[in-house]
Amino acid sequence: MTLAEAPLLLMLVGLAAYAVLGGADFGAAFWQLGARGEQGAWLREHAYRAMGPVWEANHVWLVFVLVICWTAYPQSFASIFSTLTIPLFIAALGVILRGTAYAVHAGTAREIERRAIDSVFSLSSILTPFALGTAVGAIASGRVPVGNARGDLVTSWLNPTSIATGVLAVATGAYIAAVYLAGDARRAGDDELTAAFRRRALAAGLATGTVALCALAVVAADAGRVGERLLEWPALAAVAASAAAGLLTLEFVRRERFEPARYGASAAVASVVLGWALAQRPELLPGLTVEQAAAGRPTLIATVVGVAVGGLVLVPSLAILFGLVLRGRFDKDVGSAKAARRRHPTPQRRISLLGLALVLGAVGLPLVLVFDGGALLAAGVVSLLAFVAVASLVIVSALAPPGATENHPGNDASRT
Amino acid sequence: MTLPHLLAAAPFAPVDQEYLFEARQMQALSFAVHIPIVCFGIAFPAFVLMLEGVWLRTGDPIHRTIAKRWSKVMLALFAVGVVTGTILSFELGLLWPNFMATYGEVFGLGFTLEAFSFFLEAIFIAIYVYGWDRLSPRAHFLSGIPVVVAGFTGSLMVLTVNAWMNNPGGFRVEGGRVADVRPLEALFGNEYLWHELVHMYIAGYIVAGFLTASVYAWGWLKGRRGRYERAALVVPLTVAALAAPVQIVVGDWAARSVARDQPTKLAAFEGLYETEEGAAVHLGGWYHGDEIRYGVPLPRLLSLLAFHDPDARVEGLEEVPATERPPVNVVRVAFQTMVGVGFVLAGVAAVYLYVFLRRRRLPESAWFYRALVVAGPLSVVALIAGWVTTEVGRQPWVVYSHMRTEEAVTGASGIPLGYASLVLVYAGLLAAVVWILRRLARAPVDVQPGPSGVAPLVSGAARPESEERR
Repeated sequence: MTLAEAPLLLMLVGLAAYAVLGGADFGAAFWQLGARGEQGAWLREHAYRAMGPVWEANHVWLVFVLVICWTAYPQSFASIFSTLTIPLFIAALGVILRGTAYAVHAGTAREIERRAIDSVFSLSSILTPFALGTAVGAIASGRVPVGNARGDLVTSWLNPTSIATGVLAVATGAYIAAVYLAGDARRAGDDELTAAFRRRALAAGLATGTVALCALAVVAADAGRVGERLLEWPALAAVAASAAAGLLTLEFVRRERFEPARYGASAAVASVVLGWALAQRPELLPGLTVEQAAAGRPTLIATVVGVAVGGLVLVPSLAILFGLVLRGRFDKDVGSAKAARRRHPTPQRRISLLGLALVLGAVGLPLVLVFDGGALLAAGVVSLLAFVAVASLVIVSALAPPGATENHPGNDASRT
Repeated sequence: MTLPHLLAAAPFAPVDQEYLFEARQMQALSFAVHIPIVCFGIAFPAFVLMLEGVWLRTGDPIHRTIAKRWSKVMLALFAVGVVTGTILSFELGLLWPNFMATYGEVFGLGFTLEAFSFFLEAIFIAIYVYGWDRLSPRAHFLSGIPVVVAGFTGSLMVLTVNAWMNNPGGFRVEGGRVADVRPLEALFGNEYLWHELVHMYIAGYIVAGFLTASVYAWGWLKGRRGRYERAALVVPLTVAALAAPVQIVVGDWAARSVARDQPTKLAAFEGLYETEEGAAVHLGGWYHGDEIRYGVPLPRLLSLLAFHDPDARVEGLEEVPATERPPVNVVRVAFQTMVGVGFVLAGVAAVYLYVFLRRRRLPESAWFYRALVVAGPLSVVALIAGWVTTEVGRQPWVVYSHMRTEEAVTGASGIPLGYASLVLVYAGLLAAVVWILRRLARAPVDVQPGPSGVAPLVSGAARPESEERR
């Protein structure tokens, strides 16, 4: 692998993560679509609850892929977005509708409101992955030429490969979601819901396998170079690995071993992304190899280093979040028994803080007014920001409504 | 100079786009929807943490109750911010492919780093909001801190790119392509970045603070003056009231930086045609025929503000060809609106701070609360006006002095259709946001003891009445 390919590898990791995690969120909404009646309400609530803590982070993978693309392969990004204006704009509208519906669903009170919001949510959750899938199909079948809107605005994404890829994107999401939701239901100890999602996972697994085989045939016939190479080593190995992982997952689901199934399903989807990448290599767009498309060396190095440094913060943070979710910490009230340790505010401290705030303000003001740059201006700006922060604490403590504090029984919590 | 037919053959040569203006409007609309929500992303987590901090220190459950209720608002607004922000990144490619193709490698790193900030915000906002009653109080409080930090780093990364567009550096142009790209220098070695960052970051606290305060000021006028409302008013109002006067000082710094790096934009702020020493500021009026009509002149003020010297020479619009000047009236009116509103907000803040320092209490005059009700929406007006000032003031350039906006636009057709659909979807989004905020506000206030086992206690005479009204 060369330096020019390194950001592409990061994009593929991001794309696989988005296909798996974002796909699962889209798929969860897919299962809400058909859910009616009392069991339906319960199923919908389960899907929302499972998605709640993670969907925003999962969505960021899409942004991650985009920003690396436009930094490291700017001409490819511009070509793709200008030619595929229609599907990508549809995906963008789908993202807005989906996020808005998610934001407001918590406030729904009446059945009719719930129905309306859930419909918008589910339909946009099908539309968005379909539109993104057609865009992937357009790139894979070489229908995006280099240049500003140089490809056909319609046939570039309405063609056999694009449609097959779009359908596959929706189907894989539904499949992964069913596997995940079955696992989540098991963890929550809900046997009926577990059985409901186990059935869905099995059905969706079979359906997705069929769709994938059909899609493979369509792509092989329609997608030209990528279609041919998909059936050759090394891409074929990834395709075979995906099929094997998919079958293994079905067996895990059948035996109700949902934890290994979770990883099997993820591997099946990630392998599809890998297979596409191997078949597409070395050209990003027709006549444009990765080497030609790549930005200059300093940008590539900065991108890789930036992602590495960011990863040092991101990976442990994601581990905390998924650890809390998968261990079921967000499922029910654990009711932390520890009393919050209280320190009673002391008047002297408040006065000295007020003094500090005034000093910060008095130092910062002239520095910012006098200097046009350099360390002294920076010191002034920092002083002014610190002044706002410290003075806020002083005033908020002083104006906090009186009462209630006296009634605070220190260690009452041991009783709960 | 390259021949026109050779230019046309290049893949990212300028195209003839009939709907350039609509494309610009579409981008502007997307910004205008996103930016106020960003303010809540910047400041609201800090407000919530302040309340939780007061609860941890005093044990008064009312603060925990407000923090918990507000964190739901925070999450809903974050979700809306996530999607409206995603649209902006899509639009960079959908509307301005030539800009991205040519300069993506120069400024893209800023957005790459922003993605990590975005990740952290999404991860910890989820842990914080879903962690109430599930984490220990200390762990819960700590999980909110990365959200506040990410609000700052996110602003930093996005503004590195905007500052670069206004004062581009860190590259050379060779034969129509960028060469010798130095991304770190382009983004972080740019003096123009820092005032934009501080100005916007403070604006976030002012907008979120005054908007939130205006909601409770409205309630105060309606008689909802219980302990809950009082605690909920004090936090955002205090921060906004301290930030508003500081913003004037920072704005002064910003104006000096514009004078240094973008003299044409500064000339458009005032509508100054001829280069002058001791240039005046005109309040109000209209720029017509190379001069300000019907404005109130304040002699030498422009020189004083821009260079802190009443006799300084200020470059006028005449220094650049007419095709390189921004639309003066749009920029000028937006600038004066921003500054005017800024002073009004600082005035409201001064009343609040004065009463606190003299009496250690909240103001009691109904006029103060009426002013607060107006201050919230006004702060949004100032925010948008400020962005109009800087973004329209940069025109006709997308990359100042390097690429004109019409050279950046897409060659795809159908912009009016896209614009119309976006307007419809955003109208729906705004309606939905208003609806959910009202719904969340109407949910009955239930003062939970919280993990420290504090007995529920709701005092304040207005409480039962306010429950009825909600």
